[in-house]
Amino acid sequence: MPIARGPIEPVAAVSAVRSGDTVMVGGFGLVGAPLTLIDALVESSDAEELTIVSNNIGEPGRGLGKLLRQRRIKRGISSYFTSNPEAVAAVNAGEIEATLVPQGTFAEAIRAAGAGIAGFLTPVAAGTALADGKEEHLVDGVPHVLERPIHADVALVYAARADELGNLWYRGTARNFNPLMATAARVTIAEVGEIVPAGELEPESIHTPHLYVDELVLSR
Amino acid sequence: MTGDVKTSIAARAAAELRPGEIVNLGIGIPNLIPGLLGDGTDVFLHTENGLLGVGPRPSEDEIDPDLIDAAKQPVTALPGAAYFDSAQSFAMIRGGHIDVAVLGALQVSITGDIANWAVPGKDVLGVGGAMDLVVGARRVIVTMTATSSTGAPKIVSECTYPLTARGAADVVVTELSVFRLRERALVLTELLGDATVDQVRAVTGAPFDVDLEDRRAA
Repeated sequence: MPIARGPIEPVAAVSAVRSGDTVMVGGFGLVGAPLTLIDALVESSDAEELTIVSNNIGEPGRGLGKLLRQRRIKRGISSYFTSNPEAVAAVNAGEIEATLVPQGTFAEAIRAAGAGIAGFLTPVAAGTALADGKEEHLVDGVPHVLERPIHADVALVYAARADELGNLWYRGTARNFNPLMATAARVTIAEVGEIVPAGELEPESIHTPHLYVDELVLSR
Repeated sequence: MTGDVKTSIAARAAAELRPGEIVNLGIGIPNLIPGLLGDGTDVFLHTENGLLGVGPRPSEDEIDPDLIDAAKQPVTALPGAAYFDSAQSFAMIRGGHIDVAVLGALQVSITGDIANWAVPGKDVLGVGGAMDLVVGARRVIVTMTATSSTGAPKIVSECTYPLTARGAADVVVTELSVFRLRERALVLTELLGDATVDQVRAVTGAPFDVDLEDRRAA
């Protein structure tokens, strides 16, 4: 977001999401989830066949759980589907495809995508069901799994505060996956609690520099 | 399982922690540990969703919506706490910067393999940070009852449930005993309460060595 400009309407922001897209959604459960953007996606977008990259698929009827009820999710990539029993039921009924990833691998794969890293070797999940179909390599005698980055078309993130350039500051444990996802998509839309003039966030305290952020939307 | 059993397991696991250690606590029995630590036992609690310095549960009017633990329950942050993103949190875990992980398990094999994230035939759709923690933490303490709700031994010769990681358990605390991993095998090192070696053998699904440390004499 190179030029200072105001926030856009949530509906306009989510028009960036097209059918078939991969969409990253920040949050650990509902904490740090961009709930205004998710509501706009639910109420004002026709995009379907979506691949959702999020640690959880919301909760029943809340957050991404609403999009799930609309049957617009084709595939979920998550570490913990279990927090939404409706997501588990949808997977078991064959309505959505589930890719389960250990949480640290999930985070690192998103970080890698944003950082231009084509893959990494981790000992996590080696020898387990979650390494099925993945290359294993011995490094110094220890089994490692080759993990590939997770990219997205659009990232929907939440930050407590932004400045008008799009620099972001997160609060408490609402940070979680948001700064990683902001780096890993072609288009990053940040929902924020407030927008302050440039210069009001301490440069040392900015968690996500504005070059990662394409649009700002105010939380409702 | 009664609350007393859970509390006694948690109390014995808490005795394994040393002042100043960085500790990650799993859901269930490990979550009882903060209430059991003496005032002099200062450990730093890490939660995978991005906080080092987890404090007590808040009262109703102190709840901060941006402040939860890995179980998605409200927490507080102590003075000196630090927040970080999920990639850094798991870099701490995977990178060996967490001294101790205390977690529950469905099965532990006699060689220290842990199965704690999935039951065969049930939904295998949530792993969270379990695999990262058991691989990355410097010491892994498993807290569990000796047998399942159907009476099946949870210490077994080979895990039949989906594995979390191989050879990862360092200490296993049940209501009857403490086992420690020595040279890739679990050894019975302590009997708890009135438990006897025969009692432990009766509820353990694998042969094991016995090398009792008399903690009371120490």
